[in-house]
Amino acid sequence: MTAVIERGRLAYFAKAIGESDPIYSDIEAAQADGHPDLPVPPTFLFGLKLDVPDPFGWIEELGVDMHFLLHGKQAFTYRSMLYAGDTVTLTPTIIDVYEKKGGSLEFIVCATEVTRADGVAVATLEETLVVRHPGLEIKP
Amino acid sequence: MITLDSVKVGTELPPLVISEITRTTLALFAGASGDHNPIHIDIDVAKSAGLEDVFAQGMLSMAYLGRFLTNWVPQERIRSFEARFNAITPVYAIPTCSGRVTAIEPTGGERTATIDLAVTLADGTSTLVGRAIVALD
Repeated sequence: MTAVIERGRLAYFAKAIGESDPIYSDIEAAQADGHPDLPVPPTFLFGLKLDVPDPFGWIEELGVDMHFLLHGKQAFTYRSMLYAGDTVTLTPTIIDVYEKKGGSLEFIVCATEVTRADGVAVATLEETLVVRHPGLEIKP
Repeated sequence: MITLDSVKVGTELPPLVISEITRTTLALFAGASGDHNPIHIDIDVAKSAGLEDVFAQGMLSMAYLGRFLTNWVPQERIRSFEARFNAITPVYAIPTCSGRVTAIEPTGGERTATIDLAVTLADGTSTLVGRAIVALD
């Protein structure tokens, strides 16, 4: 998917997480600090990936009941800063699937490459989703 | 912001105490982040999953940790940032972010610090542990 990162959305995100540093919500403060526009904060890209009409469709297609889905781990690797106004393309790939505890826990690892419109690979996201299969849990 | 040449192994980041998490916090974060999973904002959906109430998005706690990090070091110095979600964060929780420098080493032509990170609730529950690598020079 391809998305434009909107300035107003970043200011809203800053408000929602209680960010008081004005460079994340005030264009003048950002520019006075040497940034071309509002910086995209460290975890913002995660939600951008969900900004599609049916963000959990792919996981439901795998037969997963959303009620039993947990977010186990999240990792970000950064190669360049992103700013409001940047257009980015996100390319997710399932890179690993494994199970633990006799199949009662299933892990899905998804890596997402983030590329800016100028072709620069700016970041990689890696999330580990955990699917509980309560029927397979071994009772003590 | 800190003076980066004063950072050494064992340096503790000044803890960040977050305001009490309310239902409004969860609703605003759902809209702002793009994660509209209703289990965090709609008590009927939470109950249908066998839970007593909604609970905070894991990524809200990670966003607080991101705020904690960028408060300490300019964001352009963050090379990587990861977290493992250990426990849910209930409504009315008051999380505290903490961090400690555990290594300083040369990495790919620059000096980096590894920071072990944690989010802990007032009752001692560890909700999230993580790690960030930041460039020092």
